[in-house]
Amino acid sequence: MEYLLNEQQKLVKNLARKIAEERILPVRADLDEREEFPWAIMKDLADSDLFRIFVPEEYEGLGGGCLDLCLIVEELSRVCSGVAVTYAASALGSFAIRQFGTEEQKKKYLPDIAAGKRLTAFALTEASAGTDATALRTTAEKVAGGYVLNGTKQFITNGGEAEIYTVIALTDKTKGPRGASAFLVDKGTPGFSFGKKEKKLGIRASATIELIFRDCFIPEVNIVGREGMGFIQTLHTLDWSRPGIGAQAVGVAQGALEAAVDYARQRVQFGHPIIALPAVQTILADMAIQVEAARALVYAVARTVDSGAKKITEESAMAKVFSSDVAMEVTTKAVQIFGGAGYMRDFPVEKMMRDAKITQIYEGANEMLRITIAAELRKRRGRRE
Amino acid sequence: MNIVVCLKQVPGTTQVKINPQTNTLIRQDIKNIVNPFDTYALEEGVRLKERYGGKVTAISMGPPQAEGMLREAIAAGADQTILLSDRAFAGADTLATAYTLAQAIKKIEGYDLVICGRQTIDGDTGQVGPELAEELGLPFIAYVNKIEETTTGQMRIQRMIEEGHELIETPLPAVISVVKEINVPRLPSLRGIIKAKDAIIPVWTAHNLGVDPSMVGLDGSATRVVKIFFPERVRHGEKLQGDLEDQVASLIEKLRKSRVI
Ligand SMILES: Cc1cc2nc3c(=O)[nH]c(=O)nc-3n(C[C@H](O)[C@H](O)[C@H](O)COP(=O)(O)OP(=O)(O)OC[C@H]3O[C@@H](n4cnc5c(N)ncnc54)[C@H](O)[C@@H]3O)c2cc1C
Ligand SMILES: Cc1cc2nc3c(=O)[nH]c(=O)nc-3n(C[C@H](O)[C@H](O)[C@H](O)COP(=O)(O)OP(=O)(O)OC[C@H]3O[C@@H](n4cnc5c(N)ncnc54)[C@H](O)[C@@H]3O)c2cc1C
Repeated sequence: MEYLLNEQQKLVKNLARKIAEERILPVRADLDEREEFPWAIMKDLADSDLFRIFVPEEYEGLGGGCLDLCLIVEELSRVCSGVAVTYAASALGSFAIRQFGTEEQKKKYLPDIAAGKRLTAFALTEASAGTDATALRTTAEKVAGGYVLNGTKQFITNGGEAEIYTVIALTDKTKGPRGASAFLVDKGTPGFSFGKKEKKLGIRASATIELIFRDCFIPEVNIVGREGMGFIQTLHTLDWSRPGIGAQAVGVAQGALEAAVDYARQRVQFGHPIIALPAVQTILADMAIQVEAARALVYAVARTVDSGAKKITEESAMAKVFSSDVAMEVTTKAVQIFGGAGYMRDFPVEKMMRDAKITQIYEGANEMLRITIAAELRKRRGRRE
Repeated sequence: MNIVVCLKQVPGTTQVKINPQTNTLIRQDIKNIVNPFDTYALEEGVRLKERYGGKVTAISMGPPQAEGMLREAIAAGADQTILLSDRAFAGADTLATAYTLAQAIKKIEGYDLVICGRQTIDGDTGQVGPELAEELGLPFIAYVNKIEETTTGQMRIQRMIEEGHELIETPLPAVISVVKEINVPRLPSLRGIIKAKDAIIPVWTAHNLGVDPSMVGLDGSATRVVKIFFPERVRHGEKLQGDLEDQVASLIEKLRKSRVI
């Protein structure tokens, strides 16, 4: 399919594929088995300047857009989603700095993020606040010179490994969502520690961990934007990053499709490769159609984001929901095509199926995002757009 | 440190075809790559530069399309490149290649070290490195697998020998050839690729070099390739006859005769 990528986009896509095949492929099963954080690969990505893509040129980045990021995430995820999300989470965790940060914050943090010297994380979810982000309990109390954080975040990607955390906390409990603010918290800040590291079904190379704040003092200069803007900033952040989850989903689905075709070509039953069976052909064709449709949607939405469109909630939710459902379906079918072998860890597709599942859950569970899309539909019709 | 790295472009396959009339390689339709051993030479040069400062000059003698390979060298960390390209250089054997490279390297001011790969995957002789050292009048150390330390005018290196390693101290400048155990070449970086795209690759001709025409190319070659051919594969296969039991019996018989069992 011709997606009319520009020179830089072709370049990043090819480079990400090269890294994925040369550096990630040989170790992905091992990283998964041992739930090991992929530091060596993060170094490769850093050395290849891939962390620079999502940072503006003024701060030593390469000023790429949402589509550039999606291309990289897709290529990494085609080989290992656990690695892909580890990389993508650093784009997510630094979005608030890039978009809403002060000049000082940008100068302080972005060059190191661009160089891949420091990873970032985005911390919203709490035990009581998952889909319902308005139920946050972590507080940020105003004191002289700054704020004091108290509370616990759970399921935070890159937790423990990242150096910079964007943390959403309540500066005013009485105001609900309007009382939330975003803070930049450095690893090593007194009162900031890590809790349980989760053992996961999939994306096991990635770290998912609890963040614990106990009377953790954050200087005034580390608030992002104004007090009370945290919730709006979060919505913007997720609108921007959801196409990336879509790309992660497209990548893992693409990986599963390729594995399934390869296997079907060489697995002989009843005297012929099983790809000669109409039943298998139908499954493979459906898989291919779905993957390509998801990719087209993700790229189109990423381009919409890059066009500077203001209202992208609906589109970015669509890219994430559709692609993640496709990923789950396609990876499940890939396991089916592999038969019993697909169920075994000696082959890559069971991992892909486990890895695909998360894309339907995080950055907004698909059920919630469908409600969001429906709400936008209503609003648009109401406005007669 | 001022480092010169010698890179050769080679066919990216071992399935090379030979033109029976001219006895030369048919180079069309083959994707050219940088000689794999030379990527280790380049990486080592770049690492030395990162450790001690200085610059890396990548140099190659070859046809005009070797320019692409030199661009890749810039993406991988070389600061500047020189392409030695001229019809007069064509048909060079290792002697003429080394002579031509040496004349170019002599023009690079104040170099401390010349790094070659241990051998190429096409010509495969491993002679250019030592011949180059001879032409330059410099010490040569082959099969280097580790550079321990460099101080002003001096270098401690480890090289592979058949039963182990040799630790060698050499004055600089010197010429070395490296083995693949020396490092893991880095992946290209986006900034490097972008830089490489706009880089100017100077081309030096026989005229620019001011070389003696009788010393370069085919004329300067001490050897002539008389014939290149694939060794004929003679197969002494034999098909066993009869039913399965006869076949097994005759196989055992044959194995006994030849004292395999
Ligand atoms: C591996 C992993 C990594 C994560 N990384 C991060 C991270 O880096 N940062 C971060 O902040 N969070 C992170 N999360 C949290 C993630 O975003 C949440 O898990 C997700 O938002 C869902 O919240 P929940 O788990 O509390 O589920 P719940 O909100 O409890 O939902 C349970 C079920 O109920 C459904 N449901 C809930 N409300 C509604 C509704 N109104 N209508 C219809 N259905 C509904 C959901 O769709 C879901 O099926 C991560 C989670 C995981 C598993
Ligand atoms: C059997 C044989 C057949 C040949 N056939 C042909 C042919 O068909 N067509 C043809 O054009 N030539 C041919 N040549 C010539 C030969 O390929 C080279 O041009 C040259 O002599 C280099 O020798 P080599 O490849 O053995 O390099 P080696 O001595 O093995 O190379 C050692 C190192 O020297 C450096 N080096 C070598 N060559 C260059 C270069 N050109 N530029 C920069 N650095 C270099 C590299 O660092 C390399 O790793 C043939 C040579 C031989 C021995």
